[in-house]
Amino acid sequence: MKFTLQVWRQKGPNAAGKLERYDAPDVSPDMSFLEMLDVVNERLNERGEEPIAFAHDCREGICGSCSLMIDGVAHGPVRGAATCQVHMRSFTDGATIRIEPWRARAFPVIKDLVVDREALDRIVQAGGYISVPTGSAPDANAIPIPKQNVDDAMDAASCIGCGACVAACPNASASLFTAAKVSHLGLLPQGQPERYRRVTRMVEQMDLEGFGGCTLYGECQEACPKLISIDTIARMNRDYFRGAAFARTESTAGGSG
Amino acid sequence: MELRSRIPSGPIEQKWDTHRFEMKLVNPANKRKYTVIVVGTGLAGGSAAATLSELGYNVLCFSFHDSPRRAHSIAAQGGINAAKNYQNDGDSIYRLFYDTVKGGDFRAREANVYRLAQISVNIIDQCVAQGVPFAREYGGLLANRSFGGAQVSRTFYARGQTGQQLLLGAYQALEKEIARGGVRMFNNTEMLDLVLVDGKARGIVTRDLTTGAIETHAADAVVLATGGYGNVFYLSTNAKNCNATAIWRAHKRGAAFANPCFTQIHPTCIPVSGDYQSKLTLMSESLRNDGRVWVPKAAGDKRAPGDIPEAERDYYLERKYPSYGNLSPRDIASRAAKEVCDEGRGVGETGRGVYLDFADAIKRLGEQRIRDRYGNLFEMYERITDENPYQVPMRIYPAVHYTMGGLWVDYNLMSTLPGLHVLGEANFSDHGANRLGASALMQGLADGYFIIPYTIGDYLANTKLDKVTVDRPEFQAAKSAVAGTANRLLGIKGKRTVDAFHRELGTILWEDCGMARNAAGLKRALERIPAVREEFWRNVNVPGSDAELNQALEKAGRVADFLEFAELMCTDALHREESCGGHFREEYQTPDGEAQRDDARFTYAAAWEFAGVGKAPILHKEPLAFENVPLTQRSYK
Repeated sequence: MKFTLQVWRQKGPNAAGKLERYDAPDVSPDMSFLEMLDVVNERLNERGEEPIAFAHDCREGICGSCSLMIDGVAHGPVRGAATCQVHMRSFTDGATIRIEPWRARAFPVIKDLVVDREALDRIVQAGGYISVPTGSAPDANAIPIPKQNVDDAMDAASCIGCGACVAACPNASASLFTAAKVSHLGLLPQGQPERYRRVTRMVEQMDLEGFGGCTLYGECQEACPKLISIDTIARMNRDYFRGAAFARTESTAGGSG
Repeated sequence: MELRSRIPSGPIEQKWDTHRFEMKLVNPANKRKYTVIVVGTGLAGGSAAATLSELGYNVLCFSFHDSPRRAHSIAAQGGINAAKNYQNDGDSIYRLFYDTVKGGDFRAREANVYRLAQISVNIIDQCVAQGVPFAREYGGLLANRSFGGAQVSRTFYARGQTGQQLLLGAYQALEKEIARGGVRMFNNTEMLDLVLVDGKARGIVTRDLTTGAIETHAADAVVLATGGYGNVFYLSTNAKNCNATAIWRAHKRGAAFANPCFTQIHPTCIPVSGDYQSKLTLMSESLRNDGRVWVPKAAGDKRAPGDIPEAERDYYLERKYPSYGNLSPRDIASRAAKEVCDEGRGVGETGRGVYLDFADAIKRLGEQRIRDRYGNLFEMYERITDENPYQVPMRIYPAVHYTMGGLWVDYNLMSTLPGLHVLGEANFSDHGANRLGASALMQGLADGYFIIPYTIGDYLANTKLDKVTVDRPEFQAAKSAVAGTANRLLGIKGKRTVDAFHRELGTILWEDCGMARNAAGLKRALERIPAVREEFWRNVNVPGSDAELNQALEKAGRVADFLEFAELMCTDALHREESCGGHFREEYQTPDGEAQRDDARFTYAAAWEFAGVGKAPILHKEPLAFENVPLTQRSYK
């Protein structure tokens, strides 16, 4: 197979970028999309030109590093797959393929196709955890959890933090990412003590980072490589309103003794 | 160099308890005065950084990823072992200990393994409390499955994404501590050297991968949890960026490297399909719970699998190892696959593959049950190969997966360099010559959550540590050396790419230091590796500059280290004139082709001291005593 690529090249965060054209001849249909880019890069490198920078690591759809807009679609044409799991057999021979980075105000471009996604970590820092210092846990079977709850929690917890939901959203909202974590922890008995505090803080942080609001376009669940449902967003909104309605002032008093 | 294992005295069941009591504590107010560097944020590093911070230490934590959540532990599929005996099938701490020592072919330290088995139960408790959604039965209690090398069901799992869920647990604990201010996180930052002051590990030199800035960081102790060196083979199931640079640079600074030839070749991976192949994909060992492994009985049989009648199939694992069958340990299953392929009975276009067939299991349990158990793995397989494993058997072949060798550590997980601690896959301690499935996650979390938080306190409380800042000449010298290496790589402007060298090195190692090794092949490799290294430093082309994101430069530094490390790996493999676990020397096998240990000569961990690039390393031996699990020929028949 052979392809023409239109690739976004941008020297650095403050440089102007533009689409550049590259040829990809001799592509095997069994190559993954990233292996096709490897071959293009190898050729650029042999000519002493700078290879195209793109984020990648595990190449099996779980680390969440890869992040390409392929013909305007986050992670490309295969439903429920990350860029690294897309193979060239999914494209028409001879096609021109446009490759761009995630585009969102909260994800500044570092170079070429690599963007800065630390805003997602800061949303987790705001409350995306259960506070359980090492050593303080009861026996693992002490609290039975209905299988359905765990299965639903696992569906939400399978988020790989790639940011495709943000890139696909016309508002660049991180609602699906945030809601997935809120749902994962909120569905489990262990997550109940911090449930409303968690959702309130995470949603506030999401706004502070410059992500847009959710207006239920639903593009995020289509782009999600783990097919996480926007039902999680409904759950997040419900918890958020409950949290807001029943919020009490947090007060602490010094210990006695 | 002296190897002091610091194994506590007393019966094995009491060693860790006694040691925990005897170790010195650092009082809470004093913990605030100490700074600890943690490099790596996988299961071991992430859990260590979070726990040390919870205890009150100041933690500086480093990851070359853009987020700590992306470390390669995330990709572990099948599960985590723990001696909970929830299945009432005869498991116990002692049995997990026994299985692990035997599975490692008697080349691990008993005391460490026993502690690992003891702690395993606490890990599951901790992870459930964090919200790890382990699989459960309808009654709400935890489910288990079996893994290779065990006859009990002790593996806890979260679909085929156990590593991901455990890592997210550790990551969330880490993010909690970052928010609280106990951990300062450095993303996109790669460690490029270790700094010693007065012989103690006191800091590191790093490169900011987004700006190219070379920086120095000082601390009271350094913890490396930077993973294994499987990518020295170029093709492996490791993530593309996994590398040995941190442990190799520490080795060059004086930390002994133990058993580098102990590498694990995982039996169930998707076979190589072309030269462009960038990595190999693992199919979880859990598939062997229900899949049956076979090849045609006749060599050169090119019929489609469905056309080969039952009588003409060889279910070779079930035939050779009737009591463990398809759940034979990894080293044994891998070698058996190689053997049948060498006989010309391999399947698929290249002939380097065997079938993993679910037809019987689907008949027995129905497609839906199989879908529930392995749905995501089947999907992954279909996506890569374009074949539907519900209808045609999977094709699998062994691939490099894990490295049991690593920096030598004592019982406290401290290397031969005072203050330098090493956790997880980066150390050598618990798996001997072969790791059992679902034990890597267990070890990473045991080291990070439950061992280092105690043992590092003992080191800090017992050691006189002067105040050290990065203005010290040791830091400045290391920093300029690191900058010098980068400039040298960029200045070569040769004809070949970094990947071309890496692939060449990988081919040498796969051929001569892979699943089966012999003296002639290893000697050949030891001649070829220095030649490749010499050409690398003369003819590599690293484009771009040092002052920006430069992925070619990152790779170049890592491959330069692999080119040095590979020689040590082959030297170790050549010196160990026996077969054990993943290290199979063709000269040393039983009449029926099994690994033949030489306990009289090789019941020791080989810890190598660096003597200079291209110079013969110095061997130190830590004798291993088997006081509880008697040395026997390992049999799974």
